[in-house]
Amino acid sequence: MKRFVYINDESYQNDYCDNQISNTKYTLWNFLPKNLWEQFRRFMNQYFLLIACLQLWSLITPVNPASTWGPLIVIFAVSATKEAWDDYNRYISDKQANEKKVWIVKNGARKHIQAQDIRVGNIVWIRENEEVPCDLVLTGTSEPQGICHVETAALDGEIDLKTRVIPTTCIGLDSEQLHKIKGVIECPIPDKDIRRFDANIRLFPPFIDNDICPLTINNTLLQSCYLRNTEWACGVAVYTVHTQFSLEGKHVDNVCLKERLCLLDNTLCVAVEIYSNEIIKIIIIRIHENNTAPCSHHMSGNETKLGMSRGVPEPKLTAMDAMIDKLTGAIFLFQLAVVVVLGSAGNVWKDTEARKQWYVKYDDDEPWYQILVIPLRFELLCSIMIPISIKVSLDFVKSMYAKFIDWDEEIYDQETDTPAHAANTAISEDLGQVEYILTDKTGTLTENKMIFRRCCIAGTLYGNESGDALKDIELLNAVADNSPHVIKFLTVMALCNTVIPIKSPSGTISYKAQSQDEDALVNAASNLHVVLVSKNGNNAGQQIKTFVDAVDKYAQLGLRTLCLGWRELSLEEYLEWSRLFKEANSALVDREWKVAEVCQKLEHTLDILGISAIEDRLQDGVPETIEILRQSGINFWMLTGDKQSTAIQIALLCNLISSEPKGQLLYINGKTEDEVARSLERVLLTMRITSSEPKELAFVVDGWALEIILTRYKEAFTELAVLSKTAICCRVTPSQKAQLVKLLKSCDYRTLAIGDGGNDVRMIQQAHIGVGISGREGLQAARAADYSIGKFRFLKRLILVHGRYSYNRTAFLSQYSFYKSLLICFIQILFSFVSGIAGTSLFNSVSLMAYNVFYTSIPVLTTVLDKDLSEKTVTQNPEILLYCQAGRLLNPSTFAGWFGRSLYHAIVVFLITIHAYANEKSEMEELSMVALSGSIWLQAFVVTLEMSSFTFLQFLAIWGNFAAFYVINLCISTIPTAGMYTIMFRLCRQPSYWITMLLISGVGMGPVLALKYFRYTYSPSAINILQKAERSRGPMYTLVNLESQLRSEQGNSTNSILTAPVKNKNSVYEPLLSDSPMASRRSLASSSFDIFQPAQSRVPAAYPRNIKTS
Amino acid sequence: MTHGLSHLPFCFFSGSSPPICRPCEVRTPASGRGSRVELAAVMDEAGSSASAGSAPRGGRPARSGVFYKFTQQDLPAWKPAMTPGYVIAIFLIIGIIFVPVGLICLQASNRVAEIVHRYDIDCVPDAYRSNKQAYIKDSSISKKCIQKVKVQYHMKAPIYVYYELDNFYQNHRRYIKSRSDKQLRHGLQYTDSSCSPIERSNGLPVVPCGLIAWSLFNDTYDFTRGSMGLMVDRKNISWRSDREHKYGKDVYPFNFQNGSLIGGGKLDPDIPLSNQEDLIVWMRAAALPQFRKLYGVIEEDIQADETITMHITNNYNTYSFGGKKSLVLTTSTWLGGKNDFLGYAYLITGSSSIFLCILFALIHVKIPRPHGDAAYLSWSRKNGNN
Repeated sequence: MKRFVYINDESYQNDYCDNQISNTKYTLWNFLPKNLWEQFRRFMNQYFLLIACLQLWSLITPVNPASTWGPLIVIFAVSATKEAWDDYNRYISDKQANEKKVWIVKNGARKHIQAQDIRVGNIVWIRENEEVPCDLVLTGTSEPQGICHVETAALDGEIDLKTRVIPTTCIGLDSEQLHKIKGVIECPIPDKDIRRFDANIRLFPPFIDNDICPLTINNTLLQSCYLRNTEWACGVAVYTVHTQFSLEGKHVDNVCLKERLCLLDNTLCVAVEIYSNEIIKIIIIRIHENNTAPCSHHMSGNETKLGMSRGVPEPKLTAMDAMIDKLTGAIFLFQLAVVVVLGSAGNVWKDTEARKQWYVKYDDDEPWYQILVIPLRFELLCSIMIPISIKVSLDFVKSMYAKFIDWDEEIYDQETDTPAHAANTAISEDLGQVEYILTDKTGTLTENKMIFRRCCIAGTLYGNESGDALKDIELLNAVADNSPHVIKFLTVMALCNTVIPIKSPSGTISYKAQSQDEDALVNAASNLHVVLVSKNGNNAGQQIKTFVDAVDKYAQLGLRTLCLGWRELSLEEYLEWSRLFKEANSALVDREWKVAEVCQKLEHTLDILGISAIEDRLQDGVPETIEILRQSGINFWMLTGDKQSTAIQIALLCNLISSEPKGQLLYINGKTEDEVARSLERVLLTMRITSSEPKELAFVVDGWALEIILTRYKEAFTELAVLSKTAICCRVTPSQKAQLVKLLKSCDYRTLAIGDGGNDVRMIQQAHIGVGISGREGLQAARAADYSIGKFRFLKRLILVHGRYSYNRTAFLSQYSFYKSLLICFIQILFSFVSGIAGTSLFNSVSLMAYNVFYTSIPVLTTVLDKDLSEKTVTQNPEILLYCQAGRLLNPSTFAGWFGRSLYHAIVVFLITIHAYANEKSEMEELSMVALSGSIWLQAFVVTLEMSSFTFLQFLAIWGNFAAFYVINLCISTIPTAGMYTIMFRLCRQPSYWITMLLISGVGMGPVLALKYFRYTYSPSAINILQKAERSRGPMYTLVNLESQLRSEQGNSTNSILTAPVKNKNSVYEPLLSDSPMASRRSLASSSFDIFQPAQSRVPAAYPRNIKTS
Repeated sequence: MTHGLSHLPFCFFSGSSPPICRPCEVRTPASGRGSRVELAAVMDEAGSSASAGSAPRGGRPARSGVFYKFTQQDLPAWKPAMTPGYVIAIFLIIGIIFVPVGLICLQASNRVAEIVHRYDIDCVPDAYRSNKQAYIKDSSISKKCIQKVKVQYHMKAPIYVYYELDNFYQNHRRYIKSRSDKQLRHGLQYTDSSCSPIERSNGLPVVPCGLIAWSLFNDTYDFTRGSMGLMVDRKNISWRSDREHKYGKDVYPFNFQNGSLIGGGKLDPDIPLSNQEDLIVWMRAAALPQFRKLYGVIEEDIQADETITMHITNNYNTYSFGGKKSLVLTTSTWLGGKNDFLGYAYLITGSSSIFLCILFALIHVKIPRPHGDAAYLSWSRKNGNN
């Protein structure tokens, strides 16, 4: 399970494979079989293949096999070409990466080789802004401190720089020595974890000592990272590409993992950070005099492995796809019924009648399979009931929806230059059917733009009047006076973080921080430092009570609180601890656990320095967006890692819940199982009783209680979830978020999860639709999501406009596809009644193929431009979304309507054709073309009737297609060998042909139009009413008239909440409830800071109080 | 013990370039990130106010032009509204067009003079009436048959002579597929299995092969008017395109009707298929079990009250399956032969749409619905009730 890498030693290098990247899925040889195999795993393709194979049996095929093989091959060729193109591009980029030149050390001299020739053990040199070709263990950098900066965006999506440090044993080696270095690295076999690297390095004499030095991920340069702000770096290749898992498989961990390393003026600070149950950050600083102190202390409080192996996400199926599949299944059964009935009828007719028809010349003794021939013929005849084009059409329109989202300027975030992006092109319809939105808070509802606002130092509250501590004259004075507490506080604030100062050539310094909070703190500190000249002193014991009050107060203001503390260590104490830490850090197994344990030894009896409060503002338009989406019948759940009071505060601010008396908040809490159970029961009871009242009920639950509920009382909670339109879940872990999504999914609700951070990734992947905000916490969420948007408020347009249109369009397109296939199929069936139920096809092969592929597919594709209502009307009347949510436009009953219509139209076309073309005109080819033209005329009118808005493209497609039908058929009619030679010319010259077409259109469309008009006028749907209102150009009524909900609940939050000062508190960090090494830490830490936990009873009291203030 | 701590102030606040102290000189209280973003926002605002026509940013479509409108789903669109006025007008127009067209069609159909004479039963001698199959299969019995019809109307030339078959399934799958277009065009080397079961006979290919050809209709007709013969022109009864492109000029019948079972008529092996017009007509399979096929054209007028004597050779067996055979003499108009269907269908459709038009107008007057009244929105209604 271990691998030993001998540095710079060629005799061992051949044990491992080379560095050739290969991301391609296929090779030239296996492409065809592999691709075909993949395509045939889909049921539809299997069905069509079976049909196509049956058609090869000429005895039963009603038409030329080409009519199925043609489209089938086209469809297969299209997707195969796409695959091949993608794979080719992968190949090209692989090739570029493989042939990139890199410097390696060989025989003590630097050599230029291709990246693919790197072997394990080679020393690789990289220059600034170059990409790392394989996983390296850092051995040297240009910086004297032995650090370098890397950008890991390609790996985890985080754009900030991370510091990497060379192992202690390598410190001080000059580049000459680096060429000759020999040694051995003991490391685990390659795994997927990009956050962890538990290894040791030992250099051979004469280089330094032969002590074992531990290696962490901080000592590595992983492949596909970029070297930044460092002139050069070199490292030993430990994992070459071939041995690595593909990038896809590498998981993205929680965002909050941080290196606690500050190197300032040759002084190493060890920073420890822990998070108690109340998200209080205690920071101890320690400054060690040893210039080359070999300690990079890596630790953090919430390193819980989230186990978010991304892998390849399951393809998501929209509700609509599921419905279409169901309908396809129903049609398939119907088809089987038709086949059985007509097949047996055909056999009966054959035995009773056809045998008398001497000219048919049935043999008396037939092979046994003859009884199957007629049913199979009908099977083939009816196979077009399931339209082969639907898959292609749906794929096309879906990718158009996705394109429209990508293109949309209105959901283009100008601030960050981020367009919306639909990564999953297949699920746009689901956006229109969302019933539950589960939203994260930090960075999703709020901006995640932290500003230091207030602080409490040594019992004094700063920044209360102005709302900005940096301008608080008292604080400035305190700083000027070198007040020891203030200085210590600011020092801790400035030091204990992972912020990397970056010096620009002009001498200015900017900060790169992984956490927005830290950025805010460092900047605030730097602002105050200007006037600081001070020396430190010891602090006296603080009134803990003041801090508790302060924390509480800040939380209620929606500020993010952070408690800073410190402890002095004696040198001996430190050295002892340092030794333990080093030991733990070089452990190969359970390193994290051991490190955590060691760290706990340090983090106790801390003195409180003060509390900082950071503001995180609500994003623009969040309350309005939530209001409108709630009006459209979507239920909101807020899942956050924050404190209960902060969460409630934010929920109030953004219209999620209403204040008394309009709304009521129910609390589920408790520490023990019994308490939780009682609480849950009580809430459920209240919920049941008041569910009929027009009162907005919401429940609040915290992560602790949720854990108990989800394991013990899942059923009761499910009932509660169904009853409650709004919920606030605070202090929940990423996995609980995902569990909640799963729970709602199990109740058959369409869920949308929206979030911005790594802790939302699981929820986003679990939900039907995952929306990621490409925010400040990196791109993890946006990468995992189906849709990424720049701001929360774009969700409104995404759902109401894009989702709704997509749903409407797909509803029409899919049903229409069945309609036109059924139409032609019913005509075939009707024809079989006048052709001795023998399974004769009325239409020839060419017509059948072209009917499905061209004549009827093209016009309907312009449905992607159809808008039943204008975007403005929809946003003014969000209730209209109900039609999509409830699936009113595509369900068995609407489908029955289309089914009936196709049956009616088939009867019309067939009866009129056979009567108008009776007697001397009843020539097969002519009659078939008349029926086909009739169907084409009807479908053109149907598309016209069902579309609500016509751009020139629609006109072009509908009538251009109509003209194309004639042009194509006239062309075919000039081919002497074609069956329909001269037919179209003959027909077009006959007045009776045109008269028949007109009759078919009139009789076919008249009743449809009348019915539609009658419905439209006398029992209109809300859509119809709005259409009328929109088109009559009358005074547009607005939301005011339509305030109340279609559902029984009343209007929404009051305006006072809308205008309330938008303040916010949040936390990046999740509480830890899972069974990790951190769990014990948390409980330990929380016990020592229990005093900071506001009593639960205080929260409800705080809630109405806040409403008054706002 | 405080060794380390004592270095703290020095470390941070001495003048020797502590990185942490530097920003104070250049920074505003707002974070760097914040100020940058604000700046970006301001710039964007300025950009969008001067928006239209500005340069495309990073791969985004230009902000004008048809394609931009397309990407924003903002193409100008015609949005027809289904107002009562339009709908009533549409039905009125349908009615106004359809009724006259129906009348014209009916009139055209009525102009056609048509005689349909069913002869399959009359032509069977009384003795065989109970066993018609025996009669038709007995080649020793003469199949000659004379029928007389009195012409009711004046029939203007050209008068088309059709034979009509009923309950004859030329569209049966087994039948209609049993032919080889290639063979008909290019000759016997193209005989293939598509002709099954009449593909080969006595080991030799059959030309023309297949069930359709094999069952060639072979009743013949001659007409006399009084004592005069009535010339029936049997040339050009088939489609010219068929004669020229579908049937070979150098393809001659071969081994035809030589099998154990004789189907229908025989063909003169010395006449190429392209001249076998009866065959060509027959091979144009009918789509319906009742059909007429052209036999010839009479180029003389027939006066009303004239009696036509039809000399029929009743060869073709329709008795085994209860088919009907008729002889049809008919004139033709621009609309074709006699067919009242289109006329009546148009009249019915036209009058129904006028009826609908009146009905809708009445309903509209009785129960007027102000167009686009929000009061009908269900959620508004519900609200009102509350």
